[in-house]
Amino acid sequence: MTDAAKPAAPRPAGRAGRNTELPEHLKSYKGVWVFIEHDRGHVNPVSWELMGEARKLADKLQVPVSGVLLGGPDEPLDAYAKEAYVYGADRCYVMRDPVLKGYRNEPFTKGLTDLVNQHQPEIMLLGATPMGRDLAGSVATTLGTGLTADCTELNIDGRALAATRPTFGGSLLCTIMTLAYRPQMATVRPRVMSMPARDESRGGDIVEMALGMIETDIVTKLLDFIPDASRSTVNLTYADIIVTAGKGLKNAENVKLVWELARVLGAEVGATRAVTQAGWLEAERQVGQTGKTVRPKLYIAAGVSGAIQHRVGMEASDVIVAINTDANAPIFDIAHYGIVGNAMQVLPVLTQALRSHLDKRIRKIA
Amino acid sequence: MHIVVCIKQVPDSAQIRVHPVTNTIMRQGVPAIVNPYDLFALEEALRLKDQFGGRVTVLCMGPPQAEDALRKCLSFGATDAILVTDRAFAGADTLATSYALAAAIRKIGQEQAVDLVFTGKQTIDGDTAQVGPGVAKRLGLNLLTYVSRIVEVDLDGRRLQVERRAEGGVQLLETTLPSLITMLEGTNEMRFASMDDMLRAGRCPVRKWNKEDAGIEDLSKIGLKGSPTVVSKVFGPTPRSNKADVVEVGDHNVHDECLNLLQKIFTTHPTLEVETVERLSA
Repeated sequence: MTDAAKPAAPRPAGRAGRNTELPEHLKSYKGVWVFIEHDRGHVNPVSWELMGEARKLADKLQVPVSGVLLGGPDEPLDAYAKEAYVYGADRCYVMRDPVLKGYRNEPFTKGLTDLVNQHQPEIMLLGATPMGRDLAGSVATTLGTGLTADCTELNIDGRALAATRPTFGGSLLCTIMTLAYRPQMATVRPRVMSMPARDESRGGDIVEMALGMIETDIVTKLLDFIPDASRSTVNLTYADIIVTAGKGLKNAENVKLVWELARVLGAEVGATRAVTQAGWLEAERQVGQTGKTVRPKLYIAAGVSGAIQHRVGMEASDVIVAINTDANAPIFDIAHYGIVGNAMQVLPVLTQALRSHLDKRIRKIA
Repeated sequence: MHIVVCIKQVPDSAQIRVHPVTNTIMRQGVPAIVNPYDLFALEEALRLKDQFGGRVTVLCMGPPQAEDALRKCLSFGATDAILVTDRAFAGADTLATSYALAAAIRKIGQEQAVDLVFTGKQTIDGDTAQVGPGVAKRLGLNLLTYVSRIVEVDLDGRRLQVERRAEGGVQLLETTLPSLITMLEGTNEMRFASMDDMLRAGRCPVRKWNKEDAGIEDLSKIGLKGSPTVVSKVFGPTPRSNKADVVEVGDHNVHDECLNLLQKIFTTHPTLEVETVERLSA
């Protein structure tokens, strides 16, 4: 590191003359920011998960945590700011403008870029969602800074953000740092980080800034929002219990055994990549690096081998039960309970046993 | 209509294995494929070409062997293919990649103006979904990510309408050409390559551009040098310390062991049982 201060000295090997020293004018960048994602009256819970992480990072750096809220003048941004304090923020930067009602890339990119240039945070976190990824890529390019996508762990190394993420389709992990640029940007997928505890006694202040854009400046128009029909939405990400079908179920017909167990438990049905690729279940049910990240209270994997790309999407589950014929399948390395046996035989028995057990309990309550 | 489709050649990650002892990736014999997400972008571009006429140029940055991926795209019906390849691009992160691709698209536009740029939603090796937005910002194109449907293109009026996937629904957006679209997966099905296109793909030259051909102006913005992110370490996942509580079952004990397991789980995690019962009775 000290080499960079003496330009004549040899650079560290493997970095090919890259500047890894933070330039003087960027040293004043301080604080950890979270972009608070909201739409049609709701804050995406990923923003609060990030707030919990931001608090931990900021405490290590001894700097404040700030939330960033962009929205229309008739949206409850002050109420969202109060929630942000409860989850760990010290301050909220707020931009209210009619053109910020409903997410659009252009005004949001300008708004967030202007806020960063004005108030200079050292770290900025966003959810790895359709909104967060669209915005993060645009803002990082506009600012010319580093962005690490889909992080699974955030830490501080020295004074810099050490962002760990899966690489090579989830078969290995790598830690990425942005040393010579600010802010250091990172996105994190929903449910990767746990929800922080609420502290109702916390408060904070609001700093307002104007966007300085009018509707005619913006090329792209938001004509309508078409909500998903409720029966077609699969709420895998926030499900309490998930029963996942793997290729070990042999054929599409046997997937119904997973559905039956899920029904008894009031669970969602998940799938491995092989199962969605075979068309046995919809793509939106896929759990793993290229699918959803989940952390349910109970995860039952039936006929799932446990490839790393699947594992990174579910290993944070509280209780993992694996059913597989192969006692050496990697899924048993991360499961808490394992059944070495044929899922087609085990699933109906488990379903029946649970049904009679839970029925008794429900009758007791009623 | 002139459409540029950005593609990437990636290792088929479904076939990557980690060495159980050394925890390193075993890359031998892993086939290289066109990033599967990019095929949805290519098919959508080909459909617009079918409708409006014009050309589809596929663009790829990568090592010389990425030519195979471009030939694959030609066999599906792309008009021509450009491979941006230079050792100076090695080690590029998403910011440096978007700089190089944007320069190449600008160069392509000098031959014939570009109306639309397509990319896949993300790649299966990097998974970042950041290069598309980066290219759009650098070229000043209207950015439309996670597009699930192209509703209407009015080439003469220079307008287009798309549906964009958002949390809990889709946004209906209208914008002007030129735009950059990142296409959502599962939105269409790649056509079968025709015999004519397959033969043409074998003969058609893939143009190879080095950094000068691609119109790179600032060498400090490409490759490792132009990448703000630094990989500080690569490592394998740590195995869980406590081993699973495992039983082997067959015809003789499947009933008993399943009951036994439920008992164990509900005793160790009583709130799980209470919450499940509450949820089911609600």
